[in-house]
Amino acid sequence: MLAFVTRRISAMIFVLVSISILVFLIFFATPGVDPAARIAGRNADQETLAQVRHSFELDKPLPIRYLSMMRHLFVSQDLTSYVNRGAKVIPQLTQAIPATLSLVIGAAIIWLGLGIFFGIKAASSRRKWIDPTIGFLGIIGISLPVYWLGEVVNLFTQAKLHNSVFRWVPQLGYVGITDNPFQWFLHLLFPWLTLAVLYAGIYVRVLRNEIRMVMSEDYIKTERAKGASETRILYKHATRMSLITLVSLFGLDFGSLVGGYALLTEVVFGIQGVGRLTYQSLQNFDLPVIMATVMYASFFVVFMNALVDVLYAVLDPRVRRV
Amino acid sequence: MSLKESSEAIFSESPGKIALRSLRKDKRARISLAILGVIVFLSLTAPLYSHFIAHTDPFESTLDATIMVNGITTPVLEASTTGLGLGITPIGPTWNLSHYFIGADSQGRDVLARLFYGGRSTLFIGVSSGLLCLLLSLLIGIISGYYRGWVDAIFSRVLDIIWAFPVYLLAISLSVVLLTSGLSLGFIHLGPGSFALPIFIIGVVYVPYIARPIRAQVLALRENDFVRAAVGSGAKNSTIIFREILPNIIPSLMVFIPIIVALSMLTESALSFLSIGVQPPAASWGTIINDGLGLLYTRPMVGIAPGILIAFTAASLNLYGDAVRDALDPKSRARGD
Repeated sequence: MLAFVTRRISAMIFVLVSISILVFLIFFATPGVDPAARIAGRNADQETLAQVRHSFELDKPLPIRYLSMMRHLFVSQDLTSYVNRGAKVIPQLTQAIPATLSLVIGAAIIWLGLGIFFGIKAASSRRKWIDPTIGFLGIIGISLPVYWLGEVVNLFTQAKLHNSVFRWVPQLGYVGITDNPFQWFLHLLFPWLTLAVLYAGIYVRVLRNEIRMVMSEDYIKTERAKGASETRILYKHATRMSLITLVSLFGLDFGSLVGGYALLTEVVFGIQGVGRLTYQSLQNFDLPVIMATVMYASFFVVFMNALVDVLYAVLDPRVRRV
Repeated sequence: MSLKESSEAIFSESPGKIALRSLRKDKRARISLAILGVIVFLSLTAPLYSHFIAHTDPFESTLDATIMVNGITTPVLEASTTGLGLGITPIGPTWNLSHYFIGADSQGRDVLARLFYGGRSTLFIGVSSGLLCLLLSLLIGIISGYYRGWVDAIFSRVLDIIWAFPVYLLAISLSVVLLTSGLSLGFIHLGPGSFALPIFIIGVVYVPYIARPIRAQVLALRENDFVRAAVGSGAKNSTIIFREILPNIIPSLMVFIPIIVALSMLTESALSFLSIGVQPPAASWGTIINDGLGLLYTRPMVGIAPGILIAFTAASLNLYGDAVRDALDPKSRARGD
């Protein structure tokens, strides 16, 4: 077990280092791209460009710049922004993390709840229309662009209806949970629901198919022959087996959320989280901030992946030897 | 189906034919193909619509034009009457196909005509990058699954890295860098407005999601007796790959195609929405949603209509994907899916 964990952790570090190099190369070594020109602005003359190159250390060789950036990011933690000179990157990131975590955790709770409830319903209901209806809603869920759904939600809650039905919906933005828990909840309610729709659609479909698949296994027939009730078979056996698949799916989805749909949701709802921070810094080419947020988002993915693997190894000892 | 019929079916038809027949009978496949057909047709005939019916150029700003609505001369763009009166309010839906059916955008351009043109970009990029992704995945999946060893090790590590790189962050980073200056690789130069860039970017980011399952399938196929027999009979690697391995992967490819096209399309529109996908003056459904952002509270139709089209297209593709999966997997029908 110890060897497995060590191997997993070293693989994690390898992936993270590679990602940091990849990001660095994308921004500094893409053929035909001159970061100095980006920073200096459109009509900068040669002198300004040279000055920019010198002051941002762009005249030094790539490996040295990479190592220096990593040292500032992880060791001395005093990496500064390119755009607001002197503004430290790490505090910006740590300020943004609570908003993002609130968003993704809340949305995850909602989509897991919806996904599991309707997934079981679709797989087990005896009424004929329920399964196709839930299946149809699931398809709709996975097909709606999340940012567009956010816009539509804003249209309903922030425009005309804001004076009547949705009077209680606050303006777009984010309020910390420690500042005012009730306002925190109100501000995040619609972003949560918007973000959850897509994944609820995915989870309903996956869980339903998994349960149906397990239900046709031989050991379920054995249970039936032994006289176990359908409810017991559904919950004790089929759902429990299917949830294992769901756990691994959840690990991957939750990990990739920070750099994916959460980013779009934050942009649409004006939530100042890691995603919106990344988006803003991408627009003005603020590489240190991008580097920090990408590293954070990738760490999230890699960590959740590793967690899923370890959980699997705990559940299924055969995996450890692979 | 009686026993006699079914046994005939087994002996007289290839699995592909059986799947195709059950796909033809599938109601979901019919409905989704019909919807897709209409959307593709409207997109392809976009120039005809804008030229002969709407008489407008959807890429040209018409800031001071007027049109006749119900006998009244109405300006296409009006000074805003709400708020500070600084902005402009484009004309709303006229529900008249010959001009501004669902209104104009903030530059006075016909939104419906733009939607049809936008469909061309979105569908073209979605299909091209989906196919590119499939091709790359097939190549990587087969090579690393078939040859194993150090080739597999290298490819798997690369896939691990792309996998852990959040899809949207990777796509956004690449877009931000490439769209400002284009990509120049020696003799190839892709301008910032080229569709090749979003196609390439979207095609690459989803490779791990397809290449990994293909690799796993090839690894399993390689241990099968018919492949061993081919190896034992001295067949060349290329023969084994094309004659024995590839035909057995095609069913999963058929299932992947609609899903990956839908995914690519959604990604394209998201990038275009963030204004790092399709570049103006070209339009895609994502860029039109972005155009509609500023008009959300006055002319919501501009932003809402393209989203409905995206949702319809993606839902049809996913529905069709379900139908294909069930047609290729007879067991799923036995389960009552």
